[in-house]
Amino acid sequence: MSFFRAENLVKYFGGLAAVNNVSFEVHQGEIFGLIGPNGSGKTTTFNLISRYHRLTSGRVIFKGQEIQHLPTYKICRLGIGRTFQVVKPLRRMSVLDNVIVAAFARVNTMREARELALQTIEFCGLLPVQNLLAKSLPIAWRKRLEIARAMATRPSLLLLDETSAGLNPTELLQAIDLIKKIRDNGTTIIIIEHIMHVIMSISDRIHAINFGQTIAEGTPQEVAQNNAVIEAYLGTDYA
Amino acid sequence: MKKNLYPMIFLIALIVFPLVLRQEYYQHLIILFMMWVVIGSSWNLLAGYTGRVSFGHAAFFGSGAYAAGLLAYHYGISPWWGMATGGLLATAVAFPFGWITFRLHGAYFALATLALNEVLKDAAKIAEPLTNGMVGILIMPTFSSKLPYYYIILVMMVLTILCMRLTVRSKLGYYFVSIREDQDAAESMGINTTRYKMISLCIGTFWTGLAGAFYMNYMGFIDPSVVFSLQDLSIAAVLVGIVGGVGTIYGPAVGAFIMIAVQEFFRSGFFGLFKYFGDKTGSGAFTTLSEFVKSAHTLGFGLLVILVILLLPNGIVGDWTKIKTKLFRMKVTT
Repeated sequence: MSFFRAENLVKYFGGLAAVNNVSFEVHQGEIFGLIGPNGSGKTTTFNLISRYHRLTSGRVIFKGQEIQHLPTYKICRLGIGRTFQVVKPLRRMSVLDNVIVAAFARVNTMREARELALQTIEFCGLLPVQNLLAKSLPIAWRKRLEIARAMATRPSLLLLDETSAGLNPTELLQAIDLIKKIRDNGTTIIIIEHIMHVIMSISDRIHAINFGQTIAEGTPQEVAQNNAVIEAYLGTDYA
Repeated sequence: MKKNLYPMIFLIALIVFPLVLRQEYYQHLIILFMMWVVIGSSWNLLAGYTGRVSFGHAAFFGSGAYAAGLLAYHYGISPWWGMATGGLLATAVAFPFGWITFRLHGAYFALATLALNEVLKDAAKIAEPLTNGMVGILIMPTFSSKLPYYYIILVMMVLTILCMRLTVRSKLGYYFVSIREDQDAAESMGINTTRYKMISLCIGTFWTGLAGAFYMNYMGFIDPSVVFSLQDLSIAAVLVGIVGGVGTIYGPAVGAFIMIAVQEFFRSGFFGLFKYFGDKTGSGAFTTLSEFVKSAHTLGFGLLVILVILLLPNGIVGDWTKIKTKLFRMKVTT
C-alpha cells in the first residue's frame, strides 16, 4: 500500500485545463518537490489534494483510502496539513491562539490544546512572538506561523506551498532547517518552491509540471538535467 | 478575580436597585436594558465572534414572542412555559435558515437575514386566523408588579452572559473567531465551518427567542410591526453591538445601557430641561423644541453611533484601553 498517490488529476476552470492528467506517488518519510514555472498548476494541485477545489476527474489516495470526495476539514483530520502560498493568518488573534485553534483538531480541552500549541510553537521557533497579534508579524514570521498551524494539526503529510518566498538569506536558511527538522520528526512533505537551490538541496525526489502537465520526475540531479525542464524554465535556446 | 470585580459590583447593584428605587418608571427602564443585554449578546455571538452579521435579529425575537403569545392565546398554556418554547422556536426558524444561507458570503448573508425579518413580519400580518394579523395578540399579564419581571430578566441576562463567556473561552469560541478571521484557513485546520456557524447561530437565536417570549409576557401585547420591527429591533441590535464593542463579552451590555439612556434622555426632553426653560421664559419656542427633541430619540442614538464609529471603531469596550490612555494623558497635561 502506497502512502500517498495522486492518480490522473484533472482540473478544468471553464475551458482551461489548469491541471491535466498529473499523477505522482509520495513515499513515507521523503521530501517530495513539486516545481514548474508560474501558472503551471502547482498550487492548483495542492488545492485539489486538500479539496479546496473539486477535481474534474482523477483520484487521490492517502493511506489506502480515496479522499477526493471528502471535505477539506476531514482531509485535515485524516492527517494532511497544508500551508497557503498567500498566507492566511487569523489576523486579530495572537500567534499562540492561532496555533491553539489548529491544536483543537487533535485535542478537546483548553489545557491540552494550549500544551500542544506551545510545543508546536517551540518546535517552529515562534516562542519570541507567541503573544503578538498575527497581523503585526512580518512576512517571515507569518510563513512560519503557517507551518506551525499546519503542524499543530499533527499531520503525517504536510503540503508546503512556497514557504520560502519573500525571505532574506538568513531567514531562508532557518526555513530550510525547519523543513528538514519536520521531515526528521517523521512527517512526509510535499513542497512547492520557486527558489531552485532550496528545492534541489532538500528534496529527495522532484516532480516537474508545465501547463498543467507532467514534464519530468526523478532525483534533483535527473530533473535539473532534463531538457523539458530546462526548456520550460529558460526557453528553447538553452535546451 | 479582579477581572470579575466590576461585573460583580454591577450585578449586586442590579439586584438591590428595585428594592431601593421603587418608582416603576426606572424599574421599567432597567428591565428593557437587561432585555437588550440578552438580545445584544446573542447578536454579538454570531456577528462579533463568528463574523456573520445579522440584520434581521427581530425575526428570532418575534418568533420567540409569537411562540409564547400564541400558546397562551390559543391553548391557554402559561406564557412562562411558552418562554422555553420561544427559545426553541427561534432556533427552529434559525436552523433551516442558516443551513441554506451560510453558503452566502459577507453582505449576502446579512441581506438574507434582512429578508427573513421582512418575510416573517408579513407572514405574521397575513396569517390572521393564527396570529390575529395587525390586531396583535393580547394576553393577561401574570403579575401586576414589575418586580417579578425584573428578577426573571435579571436571571436571564446573567445566564446569557455566563453562556457567552463559557462559549467564547472554550474550543467553540476559538473556532468561531477563526471562522470570522479566515474561513478557508479555519477549514484547512480541520474545522467543519458550516457546522460551527450553525452552532453559533443556534445558541444566539435561542437567547433572542427567549428574550422575545419574555417581552410577550412582560408587555402583554404584541403585533407584527412591534416584534418584527426592522428599525427598533434588528437595526438596534446591530447598533447596540457597534457602540458597546463587537466581539467583546460586556460590549453589548454597555451598548444596551447607552441606547436606553440616550433614548430616555431625548424622550424626556433632556430630562425636562426644555420644558423648564419654556416655563421660565414663557417662550413658546422652547416648548416646541421640546416636542421635537422628544421625537428625535432615534436620531440622537444615530448621532452617537456615528461618533463612536469615527472615534472608537472597536466600540467602547473594545477600545477601552484607548479611552483610558486618552483620559490619563488629559489629566497629565492639565
